Amino acid sequence: MSQESSLTAPHKMAYTYKRSLGPVLSRFATALRDRKILGARRADGTVMVPPKEYDPDTAAAIEELVEVGPAGVVKSWAWVGEPRAAQPLARPFAYALVQLDGADTPMVQVVDAGSEEAMKTGMRVTARWSDEATGMITDLSFVPVDGEA
Amino acid sequence: MRDVAVVGFTQSESVRRERDRNEVEILIPVIHELKTRAGITSEDLDFVCSGSSDYLAGAAFAFVSGLDAVGAWPPLCESHVEMDGAWALYEAWVKIQMGYADLALVYGFGKPSMGDLPLTMALQLDPYTTMPLWPDAVSIAALQARLCLEGGVLSERDMAEAAARDRRNALDNPNAQVAGDFRAEQILSEPYLVSPLRKHDCAPISDGASAVLLAAGDRAKEMCERPAWIRGIEHICEPQELGVRDLTRSRSTEIAAEKAGVGAGKVDVAELSAPFSHQEILVERALGLGSDTEVNPSGGALAGNPIMAVGLSRIGEAADRITKGSANRAVAHATSGPCLQQNLVCVLEG
Repeated sequence: MSQESSLTAPHKMAYTYKRSLGPVLSRFATALRDRKILGARRADGTVMVPPKEYDPDTAAAIEELVEVGPAGVVKSWAWVGEPRAAQPLARPFAYALVQLDGADTPMVQVVDAGSEEAMKTGMRVTARWSDEATGMITDLSFVPVDGEA
Repeated sequence: MRDVAVVGFTQSESVRRERDRNEVEILIPVIHELKTRAGITSEDLDFVCSGSSDYLAGAAFAFVSGLDAVGAWPPLCESHVEMDGAWALYEAWVKIQMGYADLALVYGFGKPSMGDLPLTMALQLDPYTTMPLWPDAVSIAALQARLCLEGGVLSERDMAEAAARDRRNALDNPNAQVAGDFRAEQILSEPYLVSPLRKHDCAPISDGASAVLLAAGDRAKEMCERPAWIRGIEHICEPQELGVRDLTRSRSTEIAAEKAGVGAGKVDVAELSAPFSHQEILVERALGLGSDTEVNPSGGALAGNPIMAVGLSRIGEAADRITKGSANRAVAHATSGPCLQQNLVCVLEG
């Protein structure tokens, strides 16, 4: 078959299952709906955000969740100059490792800073919630704290 | 422990887009050539193990079609890992160690050109807290690169030099996708793709396949004049969450290298599968390689990156140099997951 006459067909990939979030992530998601961010208190006292059901070092079950943020510090960032259609913003933005106040680990999140020049490691950012919070991680993104960008 | 060796290796070219061949059609000539060179048929195989990802094809059990390249008859003792073929090789090595096989075929294949690979790779992140933000693989790697740069672990020049070295080495590799007489200065003058990464810091997106024959003891000696004996093989995994890891070193590579015995002798050749230039430097350091080791004579993953086969190809390339007599001791590395989450290290000797 010549290349010109190759047949092509669209194929949509999707995750077609539903499952419950379990004891830890259910509380995390419910808190998002209330515009709050929860982290997991580990046995050594540190707080991990986002929370996991088990401590990655000791495998101990996580029981205590504590509220963190809503502001935090950018630990690293990557500037997305040409966002893909699936990504959260249609305009250029940064993916960043944001360490929230009260947390000991950073989380991957979106920072809507307007331009790459406005991004800097160590800058403070604060949570911005979608108009209607649904309990999804996409309810949340971050913007620079005024005057500190 | 049984003595187990790599006694054969074949691979396809790495190409950006296989337009007319599906995964099985890419695989068939690779496996056919391997069997022909070794003078064996499918009936001689005690075990077959493959590595591929259904996410690339976007269909459950897509890997089963790969078996058409081995043949539907006679019945096979067969397994598959949703991982790079290097981990399929590990499973076959265990099978041989347990005495269930003397001769095993391992293959890996991937056709990422069917989708948007950097976006598909977001599916390996936490499905509830990270993946819905669709952080593409280049952005995730860029977060790690900036941590390394701003932490003083490495420089943009170090990254450009690693990329240039690999692409220059690849001039001698007819299967490479990106090869040329690159210089660090030239790479550093290019714009960022996703800052702080430039296009040349990233491995290409490649369609391709590779295959390896493993044999035990006397069987290996019968089949190959100079088998590449596996003297150590280990893989270690770090947590999934990026925030709880030290992303400025590859701790799992360090542990795997120690358990595989990399430091027990001089390493003539190392083949590394890191898909980003800063990751290649982290892996090189984690393996403890010195200036007397030739790194990535094939060009490594930065010159050709047939996902799900690229790690297996590193083992094959390293073994090839032993079989041909240009190296006595070689190290091969494969990786999986975001930011070098999981790493496999294999020590081969002549």
